[in-house]
Amino acid sequence: MEKIRITGLQKIFQSAGQEIHALQDINLSIAEVEFVCLLGPSGCGKSTLLNAIAGFIEASAGEVVVDGRIVDAPGPDRGVVFQEYALFPWMTVGKNVAFGLEIKGLSRGDIDERVNALLHTLNLWEFRDRFPKDLSGGMKQRVAIARVLAIDSPIMLMDEPFGALDALTRRSLQDELLRIRREFCKTIIFVTHSIEEAIYLADRIVVMTYRPGTIKFEQQVAMPHPRDPAGAEFNELKRILGGLVMEEHERHARDEMRGEG
Amino acid sequence: MFQVRAIVRGTAVPLLTLLLWEGICRAGLVSAIILPAPSAVVLRWIEWLLSGELLVDTLGSLTRVSLGFLLGAGLALPLGLFMGASPKVYDYFNPLVQVLRPIPPIAWIPMSILWFGLGNPPAIFLIAIGAFFPVLMNTIAGVRNVDGIYLRAARNLGAGSSVIFRRVILPAATPYIFAGMRIGIGTAFIVVIVSEMIAVNNGLGYRILEAREYMWSDKIIAGMITIGLLGLAIDIGMNAINNHLLRWHRGMDS
Repeated sequence: MEKIRITGLQKIFQSAGQEIHALQDINLSIAEVEFVCLLGPSGCGKSTLLNAIAGFIEASAGEVVVDGRIVDAPGPDRGVVFQEYALFPWMTVGKNVAFGLEIKGLSRGDIDERVNALLHTLNLWEFRDRFPKDLSGGMKQRVAIARVLAIDSPIMLMDEPFGALDALTRRSLQDELLRIRREFCKTIIFVTHSIEEAIYLADRIVVMTYRPGTIKFEQQVAMPHPRDPAGAEFNELKRILGGLVMEEHERHARDEMRGEG
Repeated sequence: MFQVRAIVRGTAVPLLTLLLWEGICRAGLVSAIILPAPSAVVLRWIEWLLSGELLVDTLGSLTRVSLGFLLGAGLALPLGLFMGASPKVYDYFNPLVQVLRPIPPIAWIPMSILWFGLGNPPAIFLIAIGAFFPVLMNTIAGVRNVDGIYLRAARNLGAGSSVIFRRVILPAATPYIFAGMRIGIGTAFIVVIVSEMIAVNNGLGYRILEAREYMWSDKIIAGMITIGLLGLAIDIGMNAINNHLLRWHRGMDS
């Protein structure tokens, strides 16, 4: 069942009088409950693509269709988890998670019940009255995930959500994400520049090119979970994808040397 | 341990200053009109307190500060929110604000007397002007500096513009707004003393000017110290409210 269809998507930014083709002719179809990783070096337009699906930016050409409707604005059917967490610092953990539900206009009782259940699921219950500034990065990202789960978006868009975390926290959150995905049946688009993270998580990996941002390569990952990052199949895939990503990274690096990065 | 040391150090300098000051006066090195002894100031202050006049003066000054501040900040806050949130409103009002802002409240004294006569109205008007601009400028800055990612997150969670304004922009701007209020109340406190010297016949500012007429230097200094202590008390109070309401913000790096 197709959930998201992207056709002929193009995004051109104006920067210092120059046109930057962040996205060019992107065509992608994502199935319901599929886990897709967008992989590529910085500047390859993977976050731009995610933002276009989220409805934060307007396409220069082409369209994103979700459940048969063209995306023209952000909405709670596509919950976003940001790398910078974007928790509201003036709200406690519980309030942050409740925010989307309060907007929906649910009754106090329903909101509390739902928020409490999620806080328990994500092991955040003891922290419900804390403010975000008193939480570690991994904890903050769990709250951000709970906040999106609360509004029950069928689609989760994740923009390098674990990029700022240390390796151990990162692995435990990856495992938690896989568990959440099984439990809540989400369609997930996950942006990362970590090859290993993409292989560990995804059903399908989409490698993107550096400017213009196009789709370079697509790879289905059929290994069963939990995947062993030390296993032969894992590493064979890592070698292939590593070469592809490196090519793009080098093009990026050359641009930076010329001062255009 | 360190705290005890800090307290000892912190009291040593004022204590030595007082002793030196008292010594100079007792030795008869200066006239009591030019510099009254600290002991004389304390006695005068107690006399002032017991007469009941000190309470009336303090309450008079505080009432003016409160009314003027509420008026000034109360007008600045909504205008600042509108100017910060809407570039159009900003374009309309900003030039006027920029011209009026550098005029010190004290320069408004002659016009305020012409407009409001003598008594409390011109004083409150001047205090309101003193409080208005700091609150206005900070509110505008606070609203304009709201991190775009909070707006994105709120829109993504389904918030419309009125919810975003109330629950995202307003709280995100409060650290700025509070900083503006603190500056505003400081200015209001300066202006109240000046305005009492010209327009009314009670209050701490009036009292020290009155004391000058009679060359009561000890009362002038007692009044000055009262003003200082009152200002300190207001600042401590503001800080406590600030710390409580902005407890989510304390120690945050952005």
